[in-house]
This record gives sequence, structure tokens and C-alpha cells, in this order.
Amino acid sequence: MSKSTTPIGSELTVRDYSLTGANTRQAIENGLSAAEWYHSDVPRKNLKSLMKRRDAPAIRDTVIWIALHFVFAAGGLYFWGRWLCVPFWFAYGVVYGSACDSRWHECGHGTAFRTRWMNDVVYHIASFQIMRNPVNWRWSHARHHTDTLIVGRDPEIAWMHPISLILKALAFVGIVETWTSLKVLTRNAMGNLSQEERDYIPESQWPKAIFWARVHIAIYAAVLVVSFVLLVSGAAWKSLIPILLIGGPRVYGCWHFVMTGLLQHGGLAENVLDHRLNSRTLYMNPISRWVYWNMNYHIEHHMFPMVPYYSLPALHELIKDDLPPPNTSIWDGYREMMGSVMRQRVDPNHAIRKSLPPTARPYREHLHLAVPERNTGLEIGDQGGT
Amino acid sequence: MPWVDACAVDDVEEEDLIRWDHDGRTYVIVRSLDNEFYCTDGLCTHEQVHLSDGLVMDNEIECPKHNGLFDYRTGKALRAPVCEDLRTYATRVGNGRIMVLVG
Repeated sequence: MSKSTTPIGSELTVRDYSLTGANTRQAIENGLSAAEWYHSDVPRKNLKSLMKRRDAPAIRDTVIWIALHFVFAAGGLYFWGRWLCVPFWFAYGVVYGSACDSRWHECGHGTAFRTRWMNDVVYHIASFQIMRNPVNWRWSHARHHTDTLIVGRDPEIAWMHPISLILKALAFVGIVETWTSLKVLTRNAMGNLSQEERDYIPESQWPKAIFWARVHIAIYAAVLVVSFVLLVSGAAWKSLIPILLIGGPRVYGCWHFVMTGLLQHGGLAENVLDHRLNSRTLYMNPISRWVYWNMNYHIEHHMFPMVPYYSLPALHELIKDDLPPPNTSIWDGYREMMGSVMRQRVDPNHAIRKSLPPTARPYREHLHLAVPERNTGLEIGDQGGT
Repeated sequence: MPWVDACAVDDVEEEDLIRWDHDGRTYVIVRSLDNEFYCTDGLCTHEQVHLSDGLVMDNEIECPKHNGLFDYRTGKALRAPVCEDLRTYATRVGNGRIMVLVG
């Protein structure tokens, strides 16, 4: 169902993903920053209904989420020393180290719960679990939505060129990211924000960023102290338990959020202004959808970020005739994405361009091509669409 | 400062908002659940997105792009990424029309 052409968005010879470099200036000058994006038509009445917030679905899911932490941790501790503890720690790792990403994300948008303080509480818990400074990442994610995959503007591009497959593979075990996150939190806790952080976080929020970094680092330090005390008290392997419970799941349990997160934009186009070209919607099994809080409907989420996770399936049904066909499974998504990624390693301007159904409006090339000095000699004929 | 005829009462649904452009500026007219009418600037103070595509809930407008929140009665910015308050304008209702005190 998909067809690839090269390239789609602006053609870059050198990519500078920093937020203060040459591509930043270029993106702003070319009108790619804070630009007008394509949206599927949704009648206001339907959209209002889809945007409606309720507490019940997120309370239900959060109660289950917290309960699963206790159940799996209890199992891990009960069977400690036997192989039977392994599946419990495995499951604990996923509910802590992977499900936290979607909770962080949805509550950061403020869409999970109707009640604002509930969003804030879960946001802070999930930010701690995933080792993200809750202030920095709130702002970086706002920028990600303003300038999705715009080189030099989006701080959350997962697949930066040149792509290192080794680093991507290591992401599934979280070691590099955990080390990087702890370094950032430590630096922030010492009162130091990087130039890029100062670029996307308003100055009024800097003290909050430093405060929360100190809170996170203090908790992690306490966990290490408890673990060390247990070790010197002769607890041997049991001294690892505090780390397995707090912090460790960011390493051994992150694989699911990395697996789903890489699919969001992988292999797709940079520097375009149509989310149908740079985001991926795919179907997946119900367990992954619960862990991921329906972010598999990723085009829909980017087009309408006010729609809560529990209404995304309904939004998908409403606009799917205007979207490229979804991938049918995680496997299907990876097959498509990795094919494109392998080509991008040779030609970073390559990107997937899926055929649109006949009912869809064409890709809005003019939004990202009608800017000065843009290469307009591209193959842009639509496959399908009217 | 003049009172300007903005729209008909029936143009705005309960707990909703509409865009109103006047004299080169854009505003939103909000109707609360209590059928009170309010007027604020029409662009989000964060990144100048039209708030008319946003959500009205309780006493708040949520920006459609980044989910920033404003109290539409006072214009107060309530949730990041908005930090700067919205300007608000007095309204009055007469003969089925909403009048806004601009300026």
C-alpha cells in the first residue's frame, strides 16, 4: 500500500538537529516553524464530542496501573531467588518503565483526566519513572507539536541522521538513555540549564525545572543509599531490590515504549507540514494499546491533540478515509519503517510516502513547498486522493 | 471606547465559543453553561493559534495546539505552555445581540 519517493520535504545536505544551529535559522526563514499544518475536516459538533473530558476512563486505567505495580512487585519479591520471579520483574518493568511514557505524555497534554490536579499528579509520577525533568519535557513536547520533525526546531526527533542502528538497538535496554537522563537531571539539579533548554523553556520556568530535578535526584540518591546499606549489611543480591523497584525499570522495562515510540515517526518525512507524511498510525494488540494509551493513532493525535486517548479510536473511524492506510500490526509497522530507515542511512532525504485512499484530500505539498528557495523539482504527484 | 455589535446570541452554543474578527483583530466570544457571554483575544498568547478551534470546559478555554488553559472570565493563564494572560473585553446582551466593548 505504500510508495516511496524522494524527497518529500525540503532537501537538506547537512542536518543540524541542534535548536540553535544553521537549520534552526533556515526553518524559521523558510516558514517551517510555527507554520500552518494540514487538518482533516471534522465537523465542530463531532470534534466537541470527541474532545470532551471524563475522569472515569483514566481513573480506571490508573487504578489498574498502580495495582499492577504492587501485584508484580509482590510476585517478584515473593519468588525472589527462584526463576519464577523473572516474569514478575519483567511485567513490573513494563508497567513501570514503559507504561509511564504514555501516562507522562497524555497527562502532559492535560487530556487524560477531566480534573486538572489528577493530570498533574500522574504527570509528575510518570516523569519521575521515565527520568524526565517534568518542566523541561513539558516544553520540549510543546515544541514537538508546533514543529513536528522540523530539523533544527523539534527537540524530540527520535531518528536523527546519520542513523546509528547500534544506538537504536541499545535504546531497547535503556542504558544509554538512562545515563543521559541522569546526567541531565544532575546538571539541572546543580542549577545549570543548557543553551537548548534555555531556548525552549521560558525563563520564568527555570527555577521549577531546577527544583524538580533536585527532587528526582534526591529520590534516586536515597534508593542508592538504601541499596548500599543493604549490601554492606550482608543482603548480597537482595541489595539490588530497591534499584529493581525504583529507577531500574527505566532500563530493564523500557523496551515496550521504545518499540512503540520509534514507530511514531520513523522512516517518514522531515520538514513537511502534513502529519500524514511524518506520522504513523497503526493497529496493534489490546495489551500494547493499553500500555501505550492508544498513541498508535498517532496521526490523529498530532492533528487533534485535544482529543483524549480514550476517544482516539472514534476519531480514527471518523477521519480514516482522509488518512493513509494504517499499518496492520507492530510487525508490519517495523517492516515498513526499517525498510525506509535502511534507505535513509544512504540517502537521508528518502522518506515513506504512502498512497492515500481515493476519498482523501491530496497531501498538502504547497504548505511546505510554497516557501522561498525550496527545491520544487520534486516528484509530488499524489497516489490516490482527489 | 465603542460598544460593537459582535454576533447574535444564538450564534454561540452553550459551553462553546466562536471567532469574531473586528477592525483587523481577532477575538473569541464564549458562552458559558450559565448562558453568560465573555469576550477575549482570539489568539493564544503562546504561539498565536486561533482559540476558536479550542475547547470550552467549566470556565476555561483550552488551546487546540498545545492544550494551554485560560480562564475566559479573567483571561488568566492557568496551565503551561501558556504563561501570558489573555486580554478580556466587557460584553452585554440586548435584543438578541452580543455587544463587545473593544478598545
